[in-house]
Amino acid sequence: MAHPPGRARLGYFATSLLHLLAHAGALAVAAYAIVQIVRGGTVVNFIAWFAGAAVVHDLVLLPFYSLLDRLARAPRRVRPARRVALINHVRVPALISGLLLLLYFPLILGLSDRNYFAATGHHLEGYARNWIEITAVLFAGSALLYAIRSRRAKR
Amino acid sequence: MIVALTGLISDGAYRPQLGLNSPFDRYGAIDLLIRLPASSPPWLYAVTQGLHITVGLVAIPLLLAKLWSVIPRLFAWPPVKGVGHVIERASLLLLVGGSLFEFATGLLNIQVFYPWHFNFVREHYYGAWVFIAALTTHVVVKLPTVVRAYRDQGFLRPLRDDLARTRPEPVAPGGLTPVAPAAPTLTRRGLIGLVGGASATLLLVNLGESVGGPLRRLALLAPRGRVFGTGPNDFQVNKTALAAGVIAPATHPKWRLTVRGPRTVRVDRAALLRLPQHSYELPIACVEGWSTTQRWSGVRLADLAKLVGARGDAPMHAASFQRGGAFRQATFTAAQVRDPRSLLALGVNGADLSLDHGYPARIIVPAAPGVHCTKWIGSLTFLSV
Repeated sequence: MAHPPGRARLGYFATSLLHLLAHAGALAVAAYAIVQIVRGGTVVNFIAWFAGAAVVHDLVLLPFYSLLDRLARAPRRVRPARRVALINHVRVPALISGLLLLLYFPLILGLSDRNYFAATGHHLEGYARNWIEITAVLFAGSALLYAIRSRRAKR
Repeated sequence: MIVALTGLISDGAYRPQLGLNSPFDRYGAIDLLIRLPASSPPWLYAVTQGLHITVGLVAIPLLLAKLWSVIPRLFAWPPVKGVGHVIERASLLLLVGGSLFEFATGLLNIQVFYPWHFNFVREHYYGAWVFIAALTTHVVVKLPTVVRAYRDQGFLRPLRDDLARTRPEPVAPGGLTPVAPAAPTLTRRGLIGLVGGASATLLLVNLGESVGGPLRRLALLAPRGRVFGTGPNDFQVNKTALAAGVIAPATHPKWRLTVRGPRTVRVDRAALLRLPQHSYELPIACVEGWSTTQRWSGVRLADLAKLVGARGDAPMHAASFQRGGAFRQATFTAAQVRDPRSLLALGVNGADLSLDHGYPARIIVPAAPGVHCTKWIGSLTFLSV
């Protein structure tokens, strides 16, 4: 940031003006969209979902998986350090499997069976099994990779 | 960007300017109508809407990783540092809330799960405007920071470090780096690999419902990935005859199609089958992202227009005898009606339509959203212009 003071001030002014304009534009469009939603008459439920999505993610989901991760790493075993760290070989399949459950839970847990049957003429079968099988494949693949890497590290 | 654009294209493909096609009331000042060209290739909507769902889905790990990487900023202290800072945080709430809202509602909609009271289409549409506005602002405001970061750090250099050499970035006022981070357990390239792996997995388990073919077998979690048999009618349905309550009227021997124009004609199915029959391979593409291409056969809409003496520039309104349901009717432009591939379909893959697929007759129009291919048709009206 070694601008001469005059240029720096000008730069700051120009950026903040741009920032101000950009923010004003965004807020105007957002305000317009929110007015349309208010006219639709379900604004409370909408806001609950809109702000709720951010709150649930920031204050529930993220702390939850961070805590799980902490727990997984907590008991530091008094053992000579492994040459290949195990943690990421657990994390990766666990996170991908957890993500699939998070994204597809209505199908996996059969929560939307009524609507699904009305739409397709079939019940929600097989999604739970498919998810478990995908999870098993992910962990098996990761375990195999870990075994190969450990063996290589020993040599 | 792809998701926003294909979303707006989808909105345009419904041709909400016509009749009751818009699923909700509008338009205000900034509603943008993207109009698809008059004669689009038949696969256009299948591709744009497949992209909308697929790209949206594989972007979710990116979104979550991005939010994870900036979360220390949420708890920055003091929470407010002046007016400018308040505005910035408000626009970030719009960005985070808007992105999570759009992804969550879209994701639940493709799984036909509706744990809310609002109209999904309207709220997903206006929520998208909030999201697009907040994201554009964010990119404009942060672009200099991004450029500076690439200039200072190099484009790929941070990815070359192994775990022993992975260091946090220096803490800068207003920067994103946590003040006292824990020792690293994952390299930067490892994190990118994790996000990429998650996206690739999502792509693999969902893509088959849009693309079909051998990929369908891998669509293990796609809501509409499955094929249920080998018969001519064994492909995905949206709304069964049972759920629509149309079994009795659809199978009634007195069923007649009413075609209105300058003249009004009532015809039964046998008479329709005596008209010139045409057959085309066309996709049905759902707004939920899945599609299925079949060989449809029936009477050209243009021939039916001629039958009642309608002019070539007449838009058409199709109505089902289904009692309820938002999509028991649709309006088509004159160009859609004129397209030789636009059919009142009576059969599919060489067999009669099944009840679930719209027996006794349904609409098939190239590049129209699937729900506009109205089933269980009761009347067609060629409108005077």
